[in-house]
Amino acid sequence: MEQGTYKVKSGLAQMLKGGVIMDVTTPEQAKIAEEAGACAVMALERVPADIRAAGGIARMADPSVILRIMDAVSIPVMAKCRIGHFVEAQILESLGIDYIDESEVLTPADDKYHVDKKKFKVPFVCGARNLGEALRRIGEGAAMIRTKGEPGTGNVIEAVRHIRQVNDEIRWVSNLPEEELMTAAKDLQAPYELVMETARLKRLSVVNFAAGGIATPADAAMMMQLGCDGIFVGSGIFKSGDPMKRARAIVAATTYYNDPATLAEVSKDLGEAMVGIDISTIRPEERMQERGW
Amino acid sequence: MAGKKRVGILALQGAFIEHEQAFNRCGAQSMEIRTPTQLAEVDGLVIPGGESTAIGKLMRQYGLDKAIQDRFAAGMPIWGTCAGMILLAREVADSDQFRLGLMDIRVKRNAFGRQIESFEADLEIAGIGTTRGIFIRAPYVEKTWGEARVLATYEDKIVAVQQGDKLLSTAFHPELTEGGEIHRYFLSLL
Repeated sequence: MEQGTYKVKSGLAQMLKGGVIMDVTTPEQAKIAEEAGACAVMALERVPADIRAAGGIARMADPSVILRIMDAVSIPVMAKCRIGHFVEAQILESLGIDYIDESEVLTPADDKYHVDKKKFKVPFVCGARNLGEALRRIGEGAAMIRTKGEPGTGNVIEAVRHIRQVNDEIRWVSNLPEEELMTAAKDLQAPYELVMETARLKRLSVVNFAAGGIATPADAAMMMQLGCDGIFVGSGIFKSGDPMKRARAIVAATTYYNDPATLAEVSKDLGEAMVGIDISTIRPEERMQERGW
Repeated sequence: MAGKKRVGILALQGAFIEHEQAFNRCGAQSMEIRTPTQLAEVDGLVIPGGESTAIGKLMRQYGLDKAIQDRFAAGMPIWGTCAGMILLAREVADSDQFRLGLMDIRVKRNAFGRQIESFEADLEIAGIGTTRGIFIRAPYVEKTWGEARVLATYEDKIVAVQQGDKLLSTAFHPELTEGGEIHRYFLSLL
């Protein structure tokens, strides 16, 4: 019997596919998410929109908040650690969390290095804006990737940019003759073996979710049609007027992403969406997507 | 035998593409099922791994619960893996969540523990042979009755069950390994 194998780590991400992972800050919100059909929840002290508004240093959530949420639901529970903060990751693993998000939503703890994720039994998900970044994270042991988007904005444009960039680069390496892959790996700043594997598979070797700005059922379906395997919704649900209804609608939209009639049906009368932020009004040094190396 | 038959993979949430790929490797045809209309086009159904609560809610919301029960009553074989096993069960320990209630088993969810307890191990399946079992936050069967027959155990926990020649359930994920033994076995039931 073997535990913590890469098969078991990436396998849980495969089970989450076609589903919606929702940010929650209380056990009550976690129950609403589960009742609405979420395939997992992300336990946080504050959703990204509030982290953005509060400013200052954002850290791992209080373990008691995380444990209360783990007690409240039967679906998998994820939690975030700061980029490079391997001790926060150790603490989360000791709590028995199901997945760790080494996340740019929190303030980075290391300006050069990410967590060595291979050392952990618990699997990790990491954000990526392009293929090189995705393959560096996989090289460090991430068992799941997501777009970074621009968290807490309710604006899908950055997530769209990131999935298109990753897909463009996958198509590019897939069409290269083998002798050009080493230079491609150099240009992408990615491990050569993983570039070879990507070219062979014509996709990432792990599950790739959408995250960072998804606020409506149409946003979720668009990301699925662009080739994402599932959806993270951060602030989009509990910063909206009717969280239960919007959560159910985004779950249905993630399953029926190719069926405009169903998308129209679930998009009706959802109440107020979260207030969005135009990316150009966020100064470059305040963009969370710039975090990560 | 299975040449012209088509397997439906319930594609509401979870690892449905992995099952399609596994059936492809066996040379069998498969299609994704999201509506009762699509269900009418297949000869058997796989309910894949995923989150049983999420799949169950979508099943009810879009009329697939009744459609699956009706097709089963008319003789269509069904195989559930992990979440699929939970959805096939008559009883789920400590839970009132929705299930199809077709199999004479009581299933315990997340029975081996949370994700860090997830594991892989070799299993001996009665009538099928040795296979690698991938267990991810897996359930096991606490109790069987009626026509349910145990096919495999791991450390005395029931992890594979067959009922008659139309229902199969596994707590682990044969779609994540290459062998295809259990996929071929399910095809033989069609």
